[in-house]
Amino acid sequence: MTITLNGKMQELAGEPSLNDIVQQFSPQSRRVIAELNGEIVRDPRWDEIRIREGDILELVSFVGGG
Amino acid sequence: MQIPSPTTNIRPDEPLCIGGKTFTSRFFLGTGKFKNKQDLADSIRACRTELVTVALRRIDLERHEENILEYIPPDVTLLTNTSGARTAQEAVRIARLAEASGCGKWVKIEVINDSKYLLPDNQETIKATEILAADGFTVLPYVTPDLYVARALVKAGAATVMPLGSLIGSNQGLKTAELIRVLIDEIDVPIVVDAGIGRPSQAAEAMEMGADAVLVNTAVATAGHPAPLAEAFALAVRAGRQAYLSGLPRKKSDADASSPLTGFLYE
Repeated sequence: MTITLNGKMQELAGEPSLNDIVQQFSPQSRRVIAELNGEIVRDPRWDEIRIREGDILELVSFVGGG
Repeated sequence: MQIPSPTTNIRPDEPLCIGGKTFTSRFFLGTGKFKNKQDLADSIRACRTELVTVALRRIDLERHEENILEYIPPDVTLLTNTSGARTAQEAVRIARLAEASGCGKWVKIEVINDSKYLLPDNQETIKATEILAADGFTVLPYVTPDLYVARALVKAGAATVMPLGSLIGSNQGLKTAELIRVLIDEIDVPIVVDAGIGRPSQAAEAMEMGADAVLVNTAVATAGHPAPLAEAFALAVRAGRQAYLSGLPRKKSDADASSPLTGFLYE
């Protein structure tokens, strides 16, 4: 299955949950914010959200800035 | 090092109040461009700032990055900027993403279209301020100093106005001083001078003029020793504030002798 993750095509195996994807790409205890197909998904729902073919997922986090 | 308290407090200072929060320190620190996160943590501690700015970016899928929030004490207010936004809509989107992190509803609106001068788009900033303030955000908009823009921002619900002193990261100081002075005189929300402040003397100058706070990033982050400079900025901000509260006399165009002009020895 292919999705667009942070602007890049990404191949994924199986039917991962949103939480699986976050853990895969940001395993540390970073504060990650997820936007799936233009909608913000808050973390209590990450387990129940299944990622589907063609989904557009943005994972963002805090960095230094002025 | 501590500046001693004045023996005669002519006009007692009031704490700075923004969006219902009270700040004892009038020095805000940006967290970008630090060589390492420990320098950032040391700088925050050295200057005792109570508000820092952060940005939001896509996580790097190739490598795991450090969590900047671990280096910021939990009692420091996080102000997420909307850097990267080119329109009001993009700024609103970034603000909502930041809010979804659970880090609060404080946002510095920064809408920039020009990659050479990085000057803010005041009109888009007003639009974003209107939308986010109506949505309950505490909005601190970053703009070029302009009286009509500042008035529109206040009308739109801005918690402060943050005029630039000079171009971002330029260390040029208060090139816009006279325009900022107009805002200080005419605008009722706190004026936080942001961008371009390159040295403590420039921060002191902004405070002497009556600015309510200053925000510095590049000068501290790119210094040889960031933490001592952060402290120097905080001291300068306190010095400038105290000078302002002391009723600092304005500049004159003529000389005015400091010593008596009568009673000379040869008279």
